[in-house]
Amino acid sequence: MSGCGSPPRTRAEAPDPVGSFLVSTRAAPVIGDRDDVVCAVRGLTKTYPAVRARRNAPGTPAVRATDDVRLDVRRGEVFGLLGPNGAGKSTLVRQLTGLMRPDTGSVEILGHDIVRHPERAARILAYLGQDSTALDELTVSLAAETTGRLRGLDVRRARAERDAVLDELGLAVIAGRPLKKLSGGQRRLACFAAALVGERPLLVLDEPTTGMDPVARRAVWSAVDRRRAENGTTVLLVTHNVIEAETVLDRVAVLDQGRIIACDTPAGLKEQVADEVRVELVWRERAPLEVPEVAALRDRAAESGRRWTLRLVPEEARTVVATVTGGAAFAALDDFTLATPSLEDVYLSLGGAARQGLVKA
Amino acid sequence: MSVVPAEVVPGRTRGAGETAPGRAELGPRARLWPSLAAVYRAQLSRARVARIPLLFVATFQSIGILVMMRGVVDGGSEAESVVAGSAVLVVAFVALNLLAQYFGQLRASGGLDHYATLPVPPASVVLGAAAAYASFTVPGTVVTAVFGCLLFGLPMTHLWVLAAVVPLSGAALSGLGAACGLLAPRPELATLLGQLGMSAALLLGVLPADRMPEAVRLVRDLLPSTYGVEALARTFGAHPDWAFVAGDLAVCAGVGVASLAVATWAYRRAAVR
Repeated sequence: MSGCGSPPRTRAEAPDPVGSFLVSTRAAPVIGDRDDVVCAVRGLTKTYPAVRARRNAPGTPAVRATDDVRLDVRRGEVFGLLGPNGAGKSTLVRQLTGLMRPDTGSVEILGHDIVRHPERAARILAYLGQDSTALDELTVSLAAETTGRLRGLDVRRARAERDAVLDELGLAVIAGRPLKKLSGGQRRLACFAAALVGERPLLVLDEPTTGMDPVARRAVWSAVDRRRAENGTTVLLVTHNVIEAETVLDRVAVLDQGRIIACDTPAGLKEQVADEVRVELVWRERAPLEVPEVAALRDRAAESGRRWTLRLVPEEARTVVATVTGGAAFAALDDFTLATPSLEDVYLSLGGAARQGLVKA
Repeated sequence: MSVVPAEVVPGRTRGAGETAPGRAELGPRARLWPSLAAVYRAQLSRARVARIPLLFVATFQSIGILVMMRGVVDGGSEAESVVAGSAVLVVAFVALNLLAQYFGQLRASGGLDHYATLPVPPASVVLGAAAAYASFTVPGTVVTAVFGCLLFGLPMTHLWVLAAVVPLSGAALSGLGAACGLLAPRPELATLLGQLGMSAALLLGVLPADRMPEAVRLVRDLLPSTYGVEALARTFGAHPDWAFVAGDLAVCAGVGVASLAVATWAYRRAAVR
């Protein structure tokens, strides 16, 4: 089962909605009735065919980029797709936005069948892809205005919305500069601005904050929050930034090799590994394997150069810290950290295939 | 940082029976002409950033060919086809070659996703870009034609016909360029096709047709730029046969319509993979 859905519940037994107002999503997700599902995905599967080997290019076997994916994204939530490179996040998003036809399965966004009518996706959602080639040689202002016009706004409204969005994101000062001449983060913010012109009930954002400084990031999330509060906008976010995922997401689906291996609130996911802590040891030159306690730890550590990462129950961690901060081991130790679990640890404990984890430090 | 819990956002509690099947209203569709105008304007503005050096290259290339041919051709009908060929070559360089490269890159990098996730008719994107690239060729074509007329002592009386030759051969060649760019499986191939098309326009358009072997002349007849060249060349005479000029231009227009239709189809195909 590769899914993340709402348990079935008939309307009759749904309690009055007032109760749900009192509950924070973070603590315990409240399952809404079907009308509240903005995006329902069932059994979505897409296989890339095998590529035959050619001269200078090795062949690749057939890859299941999405494997029987089941998702329910609810109105007004920031729903995250988290996973390492190649987990199938972008393929999944391309199928949700009508850019790619799945082999089997269904995608329903606000009651519209996107597999049968992919062209409708463009009229329901705004998509921020990873690539900015289409806008690169335009000025920030023209990129936003043109996108608004192609979203069906007339000239006056496109300009009014453009001005409002550029002001909101603090882009007014660089409105006259071509995207190409901007830094990566600024360019990304300008593309985000273009995605916001011409309001849509669903925003699909593929790594929107890549390369952004904290100020720009804050501008993005406050713009998103404003739209949620005012219009009930739903956000589907692709990310492989664990720290961001923990702070902005209401719920997160963890993808691994095209399958959803977990889906919950960030806090709920972290509870799964609450009985573990992470110990990181950085050795000066090499690990002092002559110390028997250290040698014994080696099997359980994920090694990356001079860095060892261990996931241990708290008592064990205490013992390890005591061992390495005293005696011969301490002389070889450069640095150590002790941390409570993050989504990264969740991913690894779920058996994520990429043993190096989700993000590179 | 996201501080609004999902439960308190508006639009959650719906009255029973309101939009019964639970379908949201779709956003507006962008209409053909307004979105074509928007794409055209955006593409035209790209010239300021990226295209101006290339437009100079296109013009200098044609002027260089004129100067070179001056040593070989003395005048008469050969001079007419050299001048006409060089002028139309600017169109081939920009509309065919550069547009093929542009769409090839856009397709390969995923830039088409931007347009494909907007409710814009495919024809608007293709026609807007093609029209913009055809427009880029206007200054270069005019400069080349005027320079050629001065160099070879041809009359400039009927140069106004460029007002028809540039858009119509522009439509034919940019349609081909867009189709090549959008159909080529790899961007290098799109570049190659664009370059080949331009080389063909150069060799078959500038060199006088009378000296070509029969087989090459057949290829020349297949190339849409040829008809733009011939239409322009005919008007250098004292009494141009306007029926033939119109006939040549009609071929350009026909090829333009067909190739732009193919390009639009290719765009649709490239957008949803």
